[in-house]
Amino acid sequence: MAQGSYYVPHQAKWPIVGSIGLFLMVSGFANWMNGGNTAGIGPWMAAAGAATVILMMFGWFADVIRESERGLYNTKVDASFRQGMIWFIFSEVMFFAAFFGALFYARMFAVPWLGGVGTGAMTNELLYPGFQATWPTNGPANVGGEFQTVPAFDVPLLNTLILLTSGWTITMAHWALKKMKRGALVFWMLATVALGALFLFYQVEEYIHAYQDLGLTLGSGIYGSTFFMLTGFHGMHVTVGTIMLLVIAFRCMAGHFRPDHHFGFEAVAWYWHFVDVVWLALFLFVYVV
Amino acid sequence: MKRTNEMIVGLAMVAVITVITWGVFAVGDNMTAGVTPFSRDVYQLHMIVLGIVTVIGILVFAAMFTSIYLHRKSRGAEAAKFTHSTRAEIIWTVIPILILVAMAIPATRVLIDMEDTSGAEMNIKVTGYQWLWQYEYLEDGISFYSALDRDSNAARQIGSDISPREVDNYLLEVDKRMVVPTNTRIRVLLTSGDVIHSWWVPDLGWKRDAIPGMVNEAWTLIEEPGVYRGQCAELCGKDHGFMPVVVEAVSPEDYRAWVAEQTGGQQTAEVGQPLDEMDRDTLMAHGEDIYDAHCAACHREDGSGMQPAFPALAGNAVVTGDVSQHIDVVVNGRPGTAMAAFGQRLEARDIAAALTYTRNAFGNETGDLVQPADVVPLIDAQLDERLVSADRAAN
Amino acid sequence: MTDTTAHIDDHHAQPKGLARWLFTTNHKEIGTLYLVFSLAMFIVGGAMAMVIRAELFQPGLQLVNPEFFNQMTTMHALVMIFGAVMPAFVGLANWMIPMMVGAPDMALPRMNNWSFWILPFAFLILLSTLFMPSGAPASGWTLYPPLSLQGGNSFAFVIFAIHLMGISSIMGAINIIATILNMRAPGMTLLRMPLFVWTWLITAFLLIAVMPVLAGAVTMLLTDRFFDTSFFNAAGGGDPVMYQHIFWFFGHPEVYIMILPAFGIISEIIPTFSRKRLFGYTSMVYATASIAFLSFIVWAHHMFTVGMPLGASLFFMYATMVIAVPTGIKIFNWVSTMWRGSMTFETPMLFAIAFVILFTIGGLSGVMLAIVPADFQYHDTYFVVAHFHYVLVTGAVFAIMAAAYYWMPKWTGHMYDERLGKIHFWWSTISVNVLFFPQHYLGLAGMPRRIPDYSVQFAEFNLISSIGGFAFGLAQLLFVWIVIKCVRGGEKATAGVWEGAHGLEWTVPSPAPLHTFDTPPQVDDSVTAHKDQLA
Ligand code: HEA
Ligand code: HEA
Ligand code: HEC
Ligand code: CUA
Ligand SMILES: [Cu+2]
Repeated sequence: MAQGSYYVPHQAKWPIVGSIGLFLMVSGFANWMNGGNTAGIGPWMAAAGAATVILMMFGWFADVIRESERGLYNTKVDASFRQGMIWFIFSEVMFFAAFFGALFYARMFAVPWLGGVGTGAMTNELLYPGFQATWPTNGPANVGGEFQTVPAFDVPLLNTLILLTSGWTITMAHWALKKMKRGALVFWMLATVALGALFLFYQVEEYIHAYQDLGLTLGSGIYGSTFFMLTGFHGMHVTVGTIMLLVIAFRCMAGHFRPDHHFGFEAVAWYWHFVDVVWLALFLFVYVV
Repeated sequence: MKRTNEMIVGLAMVAVITVITWGVFAVGDNMTAGVTPFSRDVYQLHMIVLGIVTVIGILVFAAMFTSIYLHRKSRGAEAAKFTHSTRAEIIWTVIPILILVAMAIPATRVLIDMEDTSGAEMNIKVTGYQWLWQYEYLEDGISFYSALDRDSNAARQIGSDISPREVDNYLLEVDKRMVVPTNTRIRVLLTSGDVIHSWWVPDLGWKRDAIPGMVNEAWTLIEEPGVYRGQCAELCGKDHGFMPVVVEAVSPEDYRAWVAEQTGGQQTAEVGQPLDEMDRDTLMAHGEDIYDAHCAACHREDGSGMQPAFPALAGNAVVTGDVSQHIDVVVNGRPGTAMAAFGQRLEARDIAAALTYTRNAFGNETGDLVQPADVVPLIDAQLDERLVSADRAAN
Repeated sequence: MTDTTAHIDDHHAQPKGLARWLFTTNHKEIGTLYLVFSLAMFIVGGAMAMVIRAELFQPGLQLVNPEFFNQMTTMHALVMIFGAVMPAFVGLANWMIPMMVGAPDMALPRMNNWSFWILPFAFLILLSTLFMPSGAPASGWTLYPPLSLQGGNSFAFVIFAIHLMGISSIMGAINIIATILNMRAPGMTLLRMPLFVWTWLITAFLLIAVMPVLAGAVTMLLTDRFFDTSFFNAAGGGDPVMYQHIFWFFGHPEVYIMILPAFGIISEIIPTFSRKRLFGYTSMVYATASIAFLSFIVWAHHMFTVGMPLGASLFFMYATMVIAVPTGIKIFNWVSTMWRGSMTFETPMLFAIAFVILFTIGGLSGVMLAIVPADFQYHDTYFVVAHFHYVLVTGAVFAIMAAAYYWMPKWTGHMYDERLGKIHFWWSTISVNVLFFPQHYLGLAGMPRRIPDYSVQFAEFNLISSIGGFAFGLAQLLFVWIVIKCVRGGEKATAGVWEGAHGLEWTVPSPAPLHTFDTPPQVDDSVTAHKDQLA
């Protein structure tokens, strides 16, 4: 069967559900953000949209899993899925690149210019006399008030170790899958999920600490902006990744996947490694230097 | 035989296309050569590059039309079989590179010249606001605003019966020109108080963006006296098209006279001391001037605003309500909207007058008078806040 | 065995009506959806352009107030770029790429449906902002802060609409790459692929690389506006100019996203009607790749006037100029393909020839814009407007028109009306030059862009330009009629359609049946359009 011709599904119903879901979700968010009279329906619309999207994902993945387990996918279909996942991850890399770009630009150009370096001499003299370029900073106007930063070799270091370990555990799971040892597979999967959850726990702690004790908020000038947007989007990816890992763990328990046929597993593993690598970059550029 | 044919038709095509191009250029407008050393450099650069690309275009199109003319099926042309020629491809890679290098060299030279702003004899700080310019002569201590003149402004209103053709320099005239001396190396320091604008006078040969929170530099040296007109060149909101720049270059002697007039004149025009109490008539008269110059762009001269983005001030709850709140809105602005913090731009006197005017015009007969002394505390508080944060930043 | 598994539920009845289009996974049907959507958006965006040209018909404000004018400029560009040109290319890719590489369908058919159906919702949101109390976005399609942050309630909707368009484009691009890399028929090696496929492969890569960056940029706008961040606020240590860097890192590759598939189309059409193989196939492929690579390092040529350090200006100037070299290679290869061919001039060929000439004019004015000191004068004037309409309208749009005429017989099974096609061509080509050529003069004479009213010295050329604009707009109504007529009937098209055509798409009947190449064909040099024999 694996060498049969290319499977082309007919009449996909989930995509249109997904489009409607996205439409509701973003319209709801937009209403919500705007406040004002119609804001009341915003949260509800957003929630309904999100629920629709989640429903769509369940339905869509269920279809795919069913087809996969029925053996409809030959190696070419598998290769298409792989291509899809690789390029999707590449697009995510570029999304993060935009925010890293903002961080580097601010640190290497914007802040020094405000401090009078290079072409910024007159900017500093006329607009911000006395302002010196330092990092971290919340700018010449001290936007958001005094704040302190989260030290790198503390919880962030711990979180680095947690994520690195989870990269190892998922590799162990992969080995177990290749050797068809179900028990070990499930164990390592659950361990990975647990590490993901632990990471999130510490990150939430860190955010609470930052807001309550350090005075560091999203509004703390350019430092707060880049810090929270980078770590925040990363945290969202960890959340999604953890949920996907959990789903895969359940599928492992349900007896899905074979040593030669487990694209779903690998896709999630790739995603998890990607999240891992982004964190390493974050740890280095946001916390350490 | 074939080759000679192609040569003859090719040359004919070059001739025909050259004539057409010449005709096309002849009916059109060209860039101004301007009145400064830069503007002439830039113009020459423009002409060189234009000339080069025109020749390239003529040759490419001539080759193509030769082929179209000769190698038609209807003329019985048989398709050749070649698909490749390494030699030809190397030629048409290398020649364009050489041409580009030839363009890059003068461009680099001119650019390096223009970017060197050292050795200025005079500094003028230009600040863009929605939708007027502020000019501050750093050495001579002069500062004023420059907005679209009244005639143009009246004619440009939708449904106005005034034809633009009857207005002198329609949209290119201001109420107060930027006056500068000729033959003087002037450094222009550009910034903005709200959104990005761009200060452009074609005759000076450059434009440069005015960016909020940043200061850009450029310089100029005008050789001929005259009036040079330009416009804001970066989209800055609804009246972006109505934000002209007018530079009047006069001899250094005339410039000194103008400076004397400005500094001397201002004192006589002063309505007493800046913080003195003013009577109702003075407040209303001065307020109308300020309002028309600084507020009417958004809230309209009759206070009717432009719904829904720009609220009407006629019958407005804030304007007819609590005075302190009213002062607060105008001094500190509404962040995230076009309503700017006018405490940073206008003097207490001006704000007080504008407030009094809006509270008593357009049918808002509150009868309230706002005095400079009422406004000063808020301006001071605002200033304090900025100083404190600058201070903190310095530590 | 092969036939039973390919279409498990082929025997189920095809749903009719709306459901068929809502649920379809067929690349040809989805291609049609994209093309119809694109045509609709072209008319919407064109109608906005007509408002712009009507207001600029004479000096003084007559029809719309300045705020609405800015909304028209902004929406015109967003609709044309994201609604008309990009979906048109994706539609062509959907229709043609599987047929050109001998694949049964796109690699990920379900996702293909989703990529399309997100778009109408995205544009529902975008266009609905016109009816919001604060009006549509009015800060130009580039959405520069701080001006864009002053937008009213529509602002958040616009940002989210852009997010949706981005998601759609990224998924579409992933699908195209997967199809090209994975679904080629045996023997269809990379260097045997038609150039349209090659250019789309590279375009898809560009899309995946830069659409997320746009998403990042507009997300920062959103948080600056609603969540107190200071990315673009100097007082907080940010910089308004930083937005421009991030935006143009997307924006410049974006303009090549709109031209590379056009290059592919022209490279299909010129050999067909010259009855001669494409000249320099391999160098065409390398040139395309070089253009794509260079497109990542030239972005700041849109911001020479923001006050960059000298070194940066020089770097971006040189890098930009270099793009003329690979682009020139393409132009010269097309001319060499025609050279000593045996040409006929059906409508697709006419549009292709006009493309080569008019795109070159636009490209040459692009090289002028790259010269920094001269750009200090050109920037933000109608000279720039003229430049980009030459590359976008007489470039991208003309190529799309050429493609439509070229492949319409394959899609509908009928020949279009050749006489009307020629009228459409001549009418469009003459009027589009009346429309955009005088804008060069306006720019040089000093007319800024994005203004609703101008000083009287610009009156004559604006008048001419507007007349050209209305004429060009009417010509497009004729195009709509030609398409409708061709769908409804006409002379039957043969499988090969054109005498000189090569390639797999011409081996299947016209109209192409819903499913083609269920059994992959065996490909060798005899069927490919481009046999690059080394001389
Ligand atoms: C399809 C879209 C497209 C394409 C293909 C291009 C192609 C090019 N563009 Fe254009 N451009 C735009 C769309 C496009 N552009 C848009 C939309 C804007 C405005 C955005 C906005 O502000 O809203 C813009 C603006 C823009 C600017 C900014 C102007 C300003 O705002 O001040 C510049 C500056 O360098 C520029 C340069 C170029 C160059 C050098 C090319 C080159 O790729 C051209 C290469 C082609 C040729 C050169 C012709 C053929 C070559 C030969 C015949 C070989 C021999 C030639 C030589 C040796 C010179 N473009
Ligand atoms: C692919 C992109 C694309 C396309 C196809 C077009 C097509 C056209 N553009 Fe576009 N334009 C842009 C991209 C594009 N433009 C961009 C990016 C900007 C910059 C925006 C900014 O500054 O932010 C811009 C800006 C722009 C301006 C400058 C506005 C300003 O600075 O304020 C002008 C002015 O003339 C203009 C005109 C036109 C015209 C007349 C057409 C014509 O080709 C359109 C022809 C099509 C039709 C007319 C539709 C079909 C027919 C009908 C709907 C029937 C009705 C017809 C009649 C009533 C006659 N455009
Ligand atoms: C660039 C445009 C612009 C200019 C110039 C401007 N305003 Fe405003 N103004 C606004 C906008 C926009 C608002 C609405 C802010 C909001 O949505 O909260 C506003 C609001 C106000 C309000 C509050 C009204 C209300 O209903 O909330 C007052 C009072 C006011 N402006 C007075 C003035 C005065 C006095 C001046 C001149 C010194 C002035 N404005 C100049 C744009 C402007
Ligand atoms: Cu100020 Cu445009
Ligand atoms: Cu560009």
